Amino acid sequence: MNVFDIIGPVMIGPSSSHTAGAIRIARIARMFVGEDIEKALIKLHGSFADTYRGHGTDKAIIGGLLNFDTDDIRIRDSIQLAKEAGMQYTFEVADLGDVHPNTAYIEVTGKSGRSMSLMGSSIGGGNVVITRINGLEVEFTGQYHTLIIQHKDKPGMVAKVSGILGSNGINIANMKVYRTSRGGNAIMVIETDDCIDMHISDVIKEIPDIFEATTLHKL
Amino acid sequence: MLTYKSIQELIDNAEKENARISDIVLSDQAEQMDSSKEEIYKNMAYSFSVMKESISAGINSQSKSPSGLSGGDAYKLKQAMDANRNIGGRIFTGMLARALAVSEVNACMGKIVAAPTAGSCGIIPAVLITLMEEKEIPEEKVIMGLFTAAGIGMVIANKATISGAEGGCQAECGSAAAMAAAAAVEMLGGSPQDVANACAIALKNMLGLVCDPVAGLVEVPCVKRNAAGASIALTAAELALAGIRSVIPPDEVIDAMRSVGESMPGTLKETAKGGLAATVTAKNIASGLKKGIRYC
Repeated sequence: MNVFDIIGPVMIGPSSSHTAGAIRIARIARMFVGEDIEKALIKLHGSFADTYRGHGTDKAIIGGLLNFDTDDIRIRDSIQLAKEAGMQYTFEVADLGDVHPNTAYIEVTGKSGRSMSLMGSSIGGGNVVITRINGLEVEFTGQYHTLIIQHKDKPGMVAKVSGILGSNGINIANMKVYRTSRGGNAIMVIETDDCIDMHISDVIKEIPDIFEATTLHKL
Repeated sequence: MLTYKSIQELIDNAEKENARISDIVLSDQAEQMDSSKEEIYKNMAYSFSVMKESISAGINSQSKSPSGLSGGDAYKLKQAMDANRNIGGRIFTGMLARALAVSEVNACMGKIVAAPTAGSCGIIPAVLITLMEEKEIPEEKVIMGLFTAAGIGMVIANKATISGAEGGCQAECGSAAAMAAAAAVEMLGGSPQDVANACAIALKNMLGLVCDPVAGLVEVPCVKRNAAGASIALTAAELALAGIRSVIPPDEVIDAMRSVGESMPGTLKETAKGGLAATVTAKNIASGLKKGIRYC
């Protein structure tokens, strides 16, 4: 903790959990597709579902999908700006199961057709946890530079990826692998201290049995 | 390095160095964040500029929040003051108007500085910027005051909590009042001991305040509690500057705040299930908002 955790953050109100956190969850989806979003489906659970109109959680999420940061005053007008940008979206109130009270499910398709889905929770003070990517259970916060690799579950994958990161001087802070079943689809989530250049993820994508490698800049 | 585990640590270090609490906090933070004092000060100056902007945005605005529950009250109070229809002087009434202004900007999805939280964001800017303008205090002293406020806030966060969900409103608006009172006393030339007394007196007068937001929104009663919290801060600063001491030392007051928060039932800690949130009117507002009906 430092002085700027106490006098700060600078943010768009009214609530760090229902506004700032919601922006961050949506922004991770936007960063993941890496292009302007054409279509989005948003499901709101629990307290998000109960209070989203009053807290402006809908505007926050649309703002995040437009790649606005938590202190961007345009959040207030995000609905109008999304219309102007030709973004189609639907909000639904849903029961997402046994999850944190402030949880959202977001499904997006980018202009070039790239799509993804995620589930994330706003856990207080604007901090978030992403709990699902494309249906697979994961856990990361966006507080680090994050590399998300979708691959086939087989021996040696971790070594190949970490080798490339190491030879590019990137230090791994945290790392975890999640899979559907042995030999099935898997996701590697690597949080790093250093920013990961696009060319590094392009090299990683060349590894056989890696389907996708996405880099997220830290929030 | 400072641990921020007691107010006494801040007093002892300031007295030892013959410096203000803000000076020792700034030096320590530069060291802890591996940065220069100039850089850290510059970041705080930016927060200060956002605080000033949030006051001017809110005080002249009549727009309403998305729920329709808040907005336009700072403007009303400012009008009353400009027409000499107010009871308090320029400091007291002006401060209340500024506290409402910042809280309303927050409710209306404007830009604010959480201080220490979004729900209590009006208290510190209202107290500090009113004193700056009415007492002609240089900006540099006010920005330094924010370091004192932050130092006190870090101790409260370490020893107790600054979250309404954990400790009720006393943890949010109570902490903000204690931080504002402390900064105000330092800005007006009080000693580190006076700063500590102001912190203790303010927090003592906010003890037990529950967090009971109508419909779960940061609006009712939060906006008006920011005004009330600012007035408690001013009361505490006034007393402490006159040399009045808190019989219970600040660290023990913070411990008491924690234990009061722990004994508060969950219905009164931001869940919108008790207190004002459980009144007939509040329930009607909440069910209307769920159906998309704005309050008016």
